[in-house]
Amino acid sequence: MAFDSLKSRQNRRELKWGLIFITPWIIGFLIFNLYPTLASFYYSFTDKALVRPPEFVGFDNYVKLFTRDTLFFKAIRNTLYMVVVSVPLGIIIAFLTALLLNMKIRGQSVFRTIYYLPTVVPAVAGTLLWLWILNPQFGIMNQALETIGLRSPAWFGSPQWSKPALIMMGLWGVGASTVLYLAALQGVPQELYEAATLDGAGWIQRTLKITVPMVSPVTLFIAITSIIGTFQLFTQAYIIGGTGGGASGAPRESLLFYAIYLYRQGFVYLKMGYASAMAWILFIIIMVVTLVLLRSSARYVYYES
Amino acid sequence: MGTTAETSKVTRTASGVSYANRKTLEQIFKYIIIIGIGSLFAFPFLWLVLTSLKSPAEIISMPPTLFPQEWHWDNYAKAVTAIPFFRYMGNTVFIFVLKALGAILSCSLAAYGFSMLRWPGRDVVFFLVLATMMLPFQVTMIPLYILYDRLDLIGTFTPLILPSWFGYAFSIFMFRQFFRTIPRELTEAARIDGCSEPRIWAQVIMPLAKPAIAALILFEFMWTWNDFLAPLLYLSKEANWTLALGLLQFRSQRETNWELLMAASTLMVVPAIVLYFFGQKTFIQGVATTGFK
Repeated sequence: MAFDSLKSRQNRRELKWGLIFITPWIIGFLIFNLYPTLASFYYSFTDKALVRPPEFVGFDNYVKLFTRDTLFFKAIRNTLYMVVVSVPLGIIIAFLTALLLNMKIRGQSVFRTIYYLPTVVPAVAGTLLWLWILNPQFGIMNQALETIGLRSPAWFGSPQWSKPALIMMGLWGVGASTVLYLAALQGVPQELYEAATLDGAGWIQRTLKITVPMVSPVTLFIAITSIIGTFQLFTQAYIIGGTGGGASGAPRESLLFYAIYLYRQGFVYLKMGYASAMAWILFIIIMVVTLVLLRSSARYVYYES
Repeated sequence: MGTTAETSKVTRTASGVSYANRKTLEQIFKYIIIIGIGSLFAFPFLWLVLTSLKSPAEIISMPPTLFPQEWHWDNYAKAVTAIPFFRYMGNTVFIFVLKALGAILSCSLAAYGFSMLRWPGRDVVFFLVLATMMLPFQVTMIPLYILYDRLDLIGTFTPLILPSWFGYAFSIFMFRQFFRTIPRELTEAARIDGCSEPRIWAQVIMPLAKPAIAALILFEFMWTWNDFLAPLLYLSKEANWTLALGLLQFRSQRETNWELLMAASTLMVVPAIVLYFFGQKTFIQGVATTGFK
């Protein structure tokens, strides 16, 4: 009896303090997450501009986006291109570089540092550097290509080559995923390889049949985070597009990605209701993609039990 | 019988030699690949620094030179005066320090509530904390911008700093993971001695949490140094720009002075690299344990 009341007093004490400790987060959640999420949902059904009070317009914004806005579809196409090409390429190269850096050789830690270092470079500085390396006239890349007699593309100056150039630039920062794979590789039991070698499996077979399935949880994680990241791709394209303040998506709107177009609608044209509708479509796309990947993952992701 | 044993021995030696040879070849091949690809990763850094030290005429000379004919260290002096470089750097550091302070406080408090105390509904609320990570910035940025605009805070540092003082998922998660490794006996003993929860947080837990605090400081630095979209939205006043915004001024001029731009970029990259080497272990561990960058 006495013990029970003591216990319930302790419980009440912990509840009280628990709530006190998380109070700052609760306030922050209400102000910085819940309120703006609900507000943008509401704005997406209005013609909200910065100073004007919002007027309800029903589904107009959504209807217009899907029926009359050709640039919206261009932005979606450009973004999907990056999701479909850049994300898988990044995963494959991250995996291969992780295998490379996992080899027992001298100077391993030095190599790991070199491969990882580009991820530390701020996006703005990195983008400006690549703009210079890939400069159509004076860039070292084209000078090198010309020396060996290859055609030199205009890279960020050409709508055909701007996305490949952006992908190449992104691969320079692949080290962020490589570390995750490296950590996962430490967890693969060596006995599996030894057993497979005894059974006569070669390197390629061992990699495909043991390593790939064993690191698949990391692959899933990288896939989800980089797809989300790609849907929000902004900084690099904004800088390459020039700084006329227009989020231009230049050259010729080949880099007009979803987040760039959203920014343009919201903060250049100040059509905040319209931009809010875009934001909610993005939110739904991200949620659906994540859920589908997580749900279907049971079939191809291996979890040790 | 004896002959068979003899032959098998000979065969073994012969294959042993060729095996060793193959191993050496394989080893050399490995080095060639790892160094070859490694130099692709390293070259842009080299080119960044070398360009920053050349004359304007030399960077557009054909064929290009690898090393500067004359080492123009004065490019650095020019770069930091062409734009108010140190002002932007000061702004960025100021934002970083205030964000880091707020995050250390608010996130460790919340993490304490989510790990050292037991209360009904705790895990549901914690799930909500993690769920906020799914929310794209694009969804919240428009209403928040309107809110800050009404409060007359656009142009000031406040919109960039304020959220950190109210805790956010990533760092709450990191602190919580760390706190869970602290033996419960420590807090139980302090409670029996009559310690209040805030005192346990301040005098028992936080002194032990130095590695987590260090990791948080590193992450906050990298995020602040990197952040572009939020400063672009909120810092309309040029005097308050961060480095990331300020660097773009080189691009908006009609003719880009690439050598100065590369000098300024180098100056922006160096602190990030230095801090990375300084806290390499903390940083990599943070990335590996939370799985986020």
